[in-house]
Amino acid sequence: MKKTRAVEAWTLEPLERFIGETGARLTLLMTPAGQVLAQHGFTRAVDVMSAAALGAAIMASTVELAKLMETREFTALNHQGVEHGIFLAGFATPRGRLLALVVYGTESSMGLVQLFFEDLAAQLDAACPPVERKKPVLAADFERELNESLSALFGG
Amino acid sequence: MTEQYRQVLDRVTRVRGVRGAMLVAGEDGLVVAESLMEGVRGNAVAALAASLVKRFRQAAEAAGAGMPDFLHLQGEGGTLLSVPAADGVLVVAVGDADLNVGLVRLEMLRAAEVLE
Repeated sequence: MKKTRAVEAWTLEPLERFIGETGARLTLLMTPAGQVLAQHGFTRAVDVMSAAALGAAIMASTVELAKLMETREFTALNHQGVEHGIFLAGFATPRGRLLALVVYGTESSMGLVQLFFEDLAAQLDAACPPVERKKPVLAADFERELNESLSALFGG
Repeated sequence: MTEQYRQVLDRVTRVRGVRGAMLVAGEDGLVVAESLMEGVRGNAVAALAASLVKRFRQAAEAAGAGMPDFLHLQGEGGTLLSVPAADGVLVVAVGDADLNVGLVRLEMLRAAEVLE
């Protein structure tokens, strides 16, 4: 089974390159609301949805912390464990701000992830197609789009 | 940068042909202290050098050679050198291709000793 999958096709190549360079174990690209655009390494939908929700919540918490401190938003968060590290960072694209959640093991490092995250953000910014006009969301479309997204992420 | 770190790095960068020297956290690949010429991407060198050292160490251990005490990577356009110091810190130097490797190695080993 392919380990890297994308709902938005333009995210796939930059993400695969990032995975190749860093050796990250898990990666999610998502919106600040937790909507997943692409994933690497996850095998179950429930894990992706949980990780996306938690990642988006952590980022939202740091935004509120920055407001409390009357400072600019934090750009990245690193949480180093014994066997794994977590890197969570936001970046700008023509479609608005996106988030990357990266879990890496001892075969990678915080420095490598930080270094190649800069490249990933620049490549996604360049690959991002122009913004489409928003269409009204219908209940039937929502369910179909949700099913298509899950299918794209897990090959179901 | 603390005075001790600055002095340690100065000893290495004083050698002709050295473009920069850094103290790098070996496990994280992050810069602890640096003294670099303009144009040298410290964070990139630190991350990639630490990754390289980690893989060389694994290869050396698998081959039964133990912990490598000096890494010398020679390229057409330059040289990368690394020496392990205390607490997982690496002394890393980048320089010209025709660098006096012996002299830089000596200064890097002395720098590593000071950090013990």
